[in-house]
Amino acid sequence: MEHIIKNGIVYDPLNNIDGEQKDICIKDGKIVDSVSADANVTDASGQIIMPGGVDPHTHIAGAKVNVGRMIRPEDSKKDVVGRAPGQRGGSGFSVPSTFMTGYRYAQMGYTTAMEAAMPPLLARHTHEEFHDTPIIDHAAYPLFGNNWFVMQYLKEGDLDKTAAYASWLLRATKGYAIKIVNPAGTEAWAWGGNVHGIDDPAPYFDVTGGEIIKGLAEVNEMLGLPHPIHLHCNDLGHPGNYETTLKSFDIPKGIKANPITGNRDKVLYATHVQFHSYGGTNWRDFVSEAPKIADYVNKNDHIVIDVGQVTLDETTTMTADGPMEYDLHTLNGLKWANCDVELETGSGVVPFIYSGKAPVPSSQWAIGLELFLLVNDPEKICLTTDSPNAGPFTRYPRVMSWLMSNKYREDMIENHVHKWAQKKTSIATIDREYSFFEIAQISRATPAKVLGLSDTKGHLGVGADADIAIYPFNPETQDPSTDYMKLEEALTAASYVFKDGEIVVKDGKVVNIGLPGRCYWVNSIYDEELEKQIVGEVETMFKRYYSVNFANYAVQDEYLPRSTPVDGVIL
Amino acid sequence: MEIVKNVVCPFCGMLCDDIICKVEGDEIVGTLNACRIGHSKFVHAEGAERYKKPLIRKNGELVEVTMEEAIDKAATVLAESKRPLMYGWSCTDCDAQAVGVELAEEAKAIIDNTASVCHGPSVLALQDVGYPICTFGEVKNRADVVVYWGCNPMHAHPRNLSRLVFSRGFFRERGLADRTVIVVDPRKSDSSKLADIHLQLDYDKDYELLDAMRAVLLGNEILYDEVAGIPKETIYEAVDVLKNAKFGVLFFGMGITHSRGKHRNIDTAICLVTDLNDSAKFTLIPMRGHYNVTGFNQVCTWESGYPFCVDFATGSARYNPGETGSNDLLQNKETDGMMVVASDPGAHFPQKALERMAEIPVISIEPHRTPTTEMADIIIPPAIVGMEAEGTAYRMEGVPIRMRKVVDIGLLSDKEILERILTRVKEINASK
Repeated sequence: MEHIIKNGIVYDPLNNIDGEQKDICIKDGKIVDSVSADANVTDASGQIIMPGGVDPHTHIAGAKVNVGRMIRPEDSKKDVVGRAPGQRGGSGFSVPSTFMTGYRYAQMGYTTAMEAAMPPLLARHTHEEFHDTPIIDHAAYPLFGNNWFVMQYLKEGDLDKTAAYASWLLRATKGYAIKIVNPAGTEAWAWGGNVHGIDDPAPYFDVTGGEIIKGLAEVNEMLGLPHPIHLHCNDLGHPGNYETTLKSFDIPKGIKANPITGNRDKVLYATHVQFHSYGGTNWRDFVSEAPKIADYVNKNDHIVIDVGQVTLDETTTMTADGPMEYDLHTLNGLKWANCDVELETGSGVVPFIYSGKAPVPSSQWAIGLELFLLVNDPEKICLTTDSPNAGPFTRYPRVMSWLMSNKYREDMIENHVHKWAQKKTSIATIDREYSFFEIAQISRATPAKVLGLSDTKGHLGVGADADIAIYPFNPETQDPSTDYMKLEEALTAASYVFKDGEIVVKDGKVVNIGLPGRCYWVNSIYDEELEKQIVGEVETMFKRYYSVNFANYAVQDEYLPRSTPVDGVIL
Repeated sequence: MEIVKNVVCPFCGMLCDDIICKVEGDEIVGTLNACRIGHSKFVHAEGAERYKKPLIRKNGELVEVTMEEAIDKAATVLAESKRPLMYGWSCTDCDAQAVGVELAEEAKAIIDNTASVCHGPSVLALQDVGYPICTFGEVKNRADVVVYWGCNPMHAHPRNLSRLVFSRGFFRERGLADRTVIVVDPRKSDSSKLADIHLQLDYDKDYELLDAMRAVLLGNEILYDEVAGIPKETIYEAVDVLKNAKFGVLFFGMGITHSRGKHRNIDTAICLVTDLNDSAKFTLIPMRGHYNVTGFNQVCTWESGYPFCVDFATGSARYNPGETGSNDLLQNKETDGMMVVASDPGAHFPQKALERMAEIPVISIEPHRTPTTEMADIIIPPAIVGMEAEGTAYRMEGVPIRMRKVVDIGLLSDKEILERILTRVKEINASK
C-alpha cells in the first residue's frame, strides 16, 4: 500500500527539518523516497506534519493502573464512550480503559507510549492490558530498585551477577529498561518505613539508594541497553528534596554510554523531575528550586529528564513509591490502595485534586513549566505529565500550548492559579516560547533517541516507521502565541494520523485500528554460564520464598501478539 | 502414565501452581500437592456427570444438537432479548472473560460475575475507602500477625495456612512459631483451633467489634464491659497485637462480607487496616472463592472501567450495583434472557431469582450437570480451563498465572464458544 502526503509543513528535528513544505512518501508501513503514481494522496496543505508522538513515561497498563480504575468509579463516570463500528467502548478520565487509552493517544497523534513501572511478578498483567490497548506501540519498564536479588548482589559488590540477573529478568518479563523507584525506600516500606536521601540504607539488605543507582547505572551499560537507567529519585514530593535530586543526578556521571541498539549518549533518564525540584523544609516555606535543577541539566551532558507537568486536574496518582502514596493519603485523606510485591517492589494509588485554587498544586504547575522553559536544550527534556500522576496524558496538547504561548501562561497566572505560583517560583519572569520544532523535539525526537528507537521512531526520514501526525493548524497564517486555544484544539484532534502507513485517525476520530501495537523488549544475554548459575540461585529463592513456581513465572510468548525484541549485549 | 508438573489448580482463589498431575490418556487419574478439593476437581472424584455434546431443550427434554445450532440459538436469545443478562465468569480464563465483555457490549447486555453474591460488598468498600494489599509471598516472608476474619481457611482455602502461615519465610524462619494468629469467627472452627487469639464474637456484630477496635487504636477507652460479646480486656489485648505488628495481614471472607452491615463492615475493616499503618505495617487480602473471580473483575475493569454489574443497555458502560446486579435484574423480573458462563447460580441464588430464571430462556456454558443446567434451555459444554484448555487467571491478591492444559479432550474452550456466539450476534444485529 502506497501513500503520499502532499504540501504539509514538516517539523522533523532528527533530520533538521524546521517547517519546510515537503511531501512524505509511504510504502508498506515505512517512509520511502518516492512512490508510484498510484499512491493514495493525502493533502496536508497549510497543516503541520510531525512524526508520531512518543511518550517515554506513562502509566497505562498493569496492576496499579487497573487498581486506579477499579477503586475510582467516580473517575470512570466522568468520561464515557460507547461502542462504535469497529471500535470498543470504555470509560475513565484520568485512567481511561485500555481501548480508550489507545484511541486517545492516537487522536492526539501519539503512536508510541511506554508503561513506566512493571512489577516483575505482575508482568503478565501489564502485557494482558497491552494486548487490549489498540494502535500504539509500547514497552514496559520492570522495577529493579528494590529487588532483593539486585540489592543482595550489589551488597556483595558483584556487578557481573547483577548484570546477569538483570538481563535474565528483562527477558523473563519482556521488559525494556531498568526502572528504579525510590531505591531502598520501597523495601523499607515493606516494614512501614522509608529512606531519606541517597545515603540511607534499606533495612536488612544494608545498601543505600545511591549504591543501587550507581550499580544499576553501570549494569545498564554492561548490558548495552537501548535506554539508560530510568530513575524516580528518593524523597519524591518532599519540600527540600532538590538536594537529593542533584546528588542522585551526579551518581552516574562519568559512566560511558554503551547502547548496542540506537545512538543515545546519555546514561541517566530522570523522570517527573517536577516532583523533585522543591526547596524549603515544610509546605509553608516550600519554594521552587527548578532553576537549580535546570542549571544542572544545562551544564551536564549525561542526563535527560522528563517533567511530570501538573495539569491542574482531579487525577489518580499511582507509583511503585509505596511510602510516598501512604504519605499522600495521610496528607489529603483520600482513599489509599497499596500493593507490596514479594521480593521485588511495592506500589500505591491515591486520588489527588490539583486545584488551581490551592497554593501547592499551583506552585507545582509553575515548577513544571519552569523546568521546560529553563532547560535550554530540548534534546535534554521530554514532555510528560507522568500520566496520570500530575495529570492525564490527554492534556498534552494543553501543556504544549502553555509552552508555546506566554500569553496563555499569563492568563493562567493572573486568573486561574493561586498567587503562590508567582510568589514561590520564577514562572512570571520567563517569557520564552517554544517553537513547533522544539515541541517536536520534546515530544518526538528526544524521547525516541533516549529510548534507543530513533532508527524507526521519532522522525520522518527514509526507513522510519510511517507513524505520522498531521495537525490542522497553519503556522504561516496562525500564531500559536496568540491563537493558543485553536492550537490546543488542533493538537487534541489530529486531522490525520498514520500508524505503520495506515490511516488510523481522520478529523480527530479513530477510523481504523490497524495492526496490534509492537511490544518492544530487550533481548540481552550477559554471560550464559554466569546466567545459568544465577538462575540456579534464583530458582532456590523461588522454592523457599516466592509464592509462584519458577516454571510459572516468565511471561509466555502468547502474551505478545507483535513481539519486537531489541538487542542489548549478547555474549 | 505421564507426569505433568507445575500445573495450576482451577479450583479456589489460592491458585496453587505446584500441582503434579498423573495422566493416563485423556484422563487425570491422580495428583500430588493438591488439597482435597483441588484433587477432586482434577479427577472428577464425585462422579460428576459431564456433558460432551451441546443440548437444547425441546418439548421439555434435552436433546443433542449440532454446535452450529446451539451457537445460533444462544446468539438469538442474546440478540432478541430486551434486557439480556450474562452472569458467572469466575471459573474460566481471562481471554474468555474478555470476549464476554465484548459480547455484552454487542448485545447491549448486563455483564456481572459471581462477586455479585460473594465479595461484591468488598468491591463497594474498596471503592469507598481504598485497598491496601500485598502478595502472598509478603505474608509468608514477613507477616508476624495474621488475622482471619469471617473465614475458615482450613476448609475453604485448605492450603492458605500451609503455604503462607505454617511455612518458613525469609524473615520468619520458624514459620508458625514466629507468627501470632488471630481468628475472628462466631463459631469454633478448625481454623480457630489454631488461633493464638480467637475472638468469638456474637453473630452479626462484626461492625461493632471493628468499630471498637478502631476506637481503641485511636486512643479511646471502651466504656462497656464487652462489645459484640467480647470482653473489653480481650479487645485491648488484640489491638495491642495488631498495632505492634512488624507486618500484619487481614484475610477476610464471606462471614464478614455477608453478615449484617455488608460493605459497611468491609469499609470499617479497611479503615482499621489503614489506621494500623500509623504504628505498624498492615495489609489485607480478600479470600476470593472461585479461582478466577479476581480475573473477571480485572478484565471487566480494564475494558469497561468497572469491575462488575456493568450495564451496556445504552451502548456504553453504566455501573450501578443495586440496580445492575444479577439478583436485582432477576428478582425485579427485568431480565428476559440469561446466559450463564462458568458458574452455578442455580445452586446459589435465592429462590425469587431462580423463579425468574425458570421463566426465561437460559443458556448455560458449562461442562457438568448442575442445578443451573437443570433449568437451562441451551447447554454448551466447553473444555475445562486449567485441565483441558490454557488461559490466564488472577490469584485472589491479583497475581496473574497462566493455567496449563494437561489433557486434550477435543472440546471447544469457553473462549472459542463465546467468539462463535459473538460472530453470530454481530450477524443478527447487522441484519436488524
